[in-house]
Amino acid sequence: MDFTLDGEQTALRDAVRGLLKGYDDSEHRREVAGQDPGFDEKLWGRLAEMGVLGLPFGEDDGGMGAGPAEVSVVAEEFGRVIAPEPFVEAVVLAGGLVAAHGNDEQKKEILGGLSSGELVPAFAWSDPTGGEGGVTVDGDTLTGVKEPVFNGGRADVLVVFAAGRLFLVKGEDTQRTSYQTFDGGRAARVAFDQSPAVPLGDGGDATETTKDVIAAATVAYCHEALGAMDSALKKTTDYLTTRKQFGVTLNRFQALTFRAADMYTSLELTRSIVIWATMVLADESTSAEKKREAAARAKLQVSRAGRHIGQEAIQLHGGIGMTAEYSVGHLTARLTAIDHLLGDGRQQVRNLSRRLTSYGVVEPLP
Amino acid sequence: MQLALTEEEAAFREEMRTFFTTEIPQEIRDTIASGRHVGKDGIIETQRILNEAGLAVPNWPVEWGGQDWSPLQRHIWHEEMQLACVPPPLAFNANMVGPVIANFGSDEQKKKFLPATANLDIWWCQGFSEPDAGSDLASLKTRAVRDGDDWVINGQKTWTTLGQFADWIFVLCRTDPEAERKQKGISFILCPMDAEGVTLRPIQLIDGGHEVNEVFFEDVRVPAENLVGEENAGWSYAKFLLGNERVGVAPVGATKRVLASAKDIAERTGQIEDPLVASQIIELENELLALELTALRVVANSDDGKPHPASSVLKLKGTELQQAVSELMMDLGGTLSLASGAAEGSDVPTWARVSVPTYLNLRKASIYGGSNEIQRQIIAGTILGL
Repeated sequence: MDFTLDGEQTALRDAVRGLLKGYDDSEHRREVAGQDPGFDEKLWGRLAEMGVLGLPFGEDDGGMGAGPAEVSVVAEEFGRVIAPEPFVEAVVLAGGLVAAHGNDEQKKEILGGLSSGELVPAFAWSDPTGGEGGVTVDGDTLTGVKEPVFNGGRADVLVVFAAGRLFLVKGEDTQRTSYQTFDGGRAARVAFDQSPAVPLGDGGDATETTKDVIAAATVAYCHEALGAMDSALKKTTDYLTTRKQFGVTLNRFQALTFRAADMYTSLELTRSIVIWATMVLADESTSAEKKREAAARAKLQVSRAGRHIGQEAIQLHGGIGMTAEYSVGHLTARLTAIDHLLGDGRQQVRNLSRRLTSYGVVEPLP
Repeated sequence: MQLALTEEEAAFREEMRTFFTTEIPQEIRDTIASGRHVGKDGIIETQRILNEAGLAVPNWPVEWGGQDWSPLQRHIWHEEMQLACVPPPLAFNANMVGPVIANFGSDEQKKKFLPATANLDIWWCQGFSEPDAGSDLASLKTRAVRDGDDWVINGQKTWTTLGQFADWIFVLCRTDPEAERKQKGISFILCPMDAEGVTLRPIQLIDGGHEVNEVFFEDVRVPAENLVGEENAGWSYAKFLLGNERVGVAPVGATKRVLASAKDIAERTGQIEDPLVASQIIELENELLALELTALRVVANSDDGKPHPASSVLKLKGTELQQAVSELMMDLGGTLSLASGAAEGSDVPTWARVSVPTYLNLRKASIYGGSNEIQRQIIAGTILGL
């Protein structure tokens, strides 16, 4: 058992951190997020050059053939500076669905394009009623509405979940209204009106595949959240040691330092369970069901800890934490967004409740 | 990153599991499983079986009965023991005075005390806290004055757990009241409980039990050779001891076991149909998993055996969860939990009868071993630099 990164993973982390360095300046992140498409297309190209956008895909499809651990390393770096580029959305989720369910030709085209930075896919999953329907299949076309579709406005191709199956639809064959989300990201209302649709893979039922890919994306989001929580605590402790009131720095007040200590406890517990979930995904002897369960467990902890750390980071900063100029509020907004992506804490409790009486103790090792 | 245990580690876990579930008397394990106390004899019997197999004091130096195990192996040993409802070796012997004597004691002290301590032929108790020295332990006042070949001890200790069974006590005494820092004038002295001038007075606790005591020293004379290590260096030994105390203080395995038993009770009584009960169990299971994984992360990535800074997290969260699970058990009992005074043979199930005494008793967990506020202080100060 080993919870640490190996040499290559550490090198990947450092390289990604270097590439995202511009976002250490939160004003720069605000500028990028303020203009459509909500991320930096040039940086997206550089991520492609580094191989990040093809990280989990097979080498035959233009990818790097890396595993869940490498994906997690990258996601955590994105979270640390809340980089607005849609790594988890495009690569792990939309790309992941194509990799898992697409035929060779589709994989070559879409994953190849994604890896080289030329094509951005998005997953059209949620419908405006809060479910995952909204779109009906009629022959080779789709009709209905999906919303919110993350990065749906910018996407060249949409991977659409409809009637338990997955379809590819060109972005230009839909009507899209894009808007900003509270965390600085982009979402869209995507309307399909007899839009031409190509079944992904053999066009068969994709419910189980989708659940598996969602589990993988959930764990990647958990790492993104972990990076953001880590930054929120770091910024908070920096602030407590520099900000002066009543003639002394704030770290002289035990009422504040104890709350920071509790944030640390939340963070470390989260780190452990999130790394574990990645190791479960990477473990070949573990069943698909256990992998989904691990993702649910990690996400439940991320939901709880993200709220705790995000809320406390703002409170311990005081008024400055409320301002758009300062970064803790943005970190908290992103943590709140991740909480609600692919199932929040309450949803995970529901998921976990189905198997609750089928085991005695939770056994973390295979 | 690598999830699985190695083949050797997995085999080790199996070996431990088999030993604990087959070699420790079923009656003792059943008592623990039902939430009752095994008493002095059960603790002694278990420790002697463990010691015979080399499993009582694995963290000691090998020449004194320890095992050359990795931190992960030690963790597995500890977890499997708890999961199998085996009462752990007496902490005062195995985790506290034993390692201190093994590391800082004289050869004579090692020979005289270590084998008997490992085998629980000597039952030790701890003379640290005083009425005016709790979290601020270094302000302790119990005096030891050198008089010829003896130390003469005067003062009072308190919260002495299971002192009523003890043969010996290890006492922190002030030996230099003039030292520039209060930590500098403290020594670590060993004293027989039957020495003249030692009096023990029980303290009744809120759960109705007798677990802790006050110990009074009135002109108690012990030979000079009973000083451990150097005079006035006792504080460093005490810190070493408290560091060891904290490592095993997150009772993950035991809390997991109790939670599984609470879930079983909730199922049998139909209460699990209540979504509030089910979700509470799920949340607790998840937090415990995160705690267990943190413990594993600490042991998997520490080779020097030193306490990891995150061990404060383990103590803090571990005791909070231990308390939360005892609270759940009490709530499952509801009105039945009031039948705490009913004798065996009552129609109220044992788990419900012991639930509130256990809940009340476990309030201690966030106080002992360095209170949880002290742990927050350590996290804020040494980890976060606040």
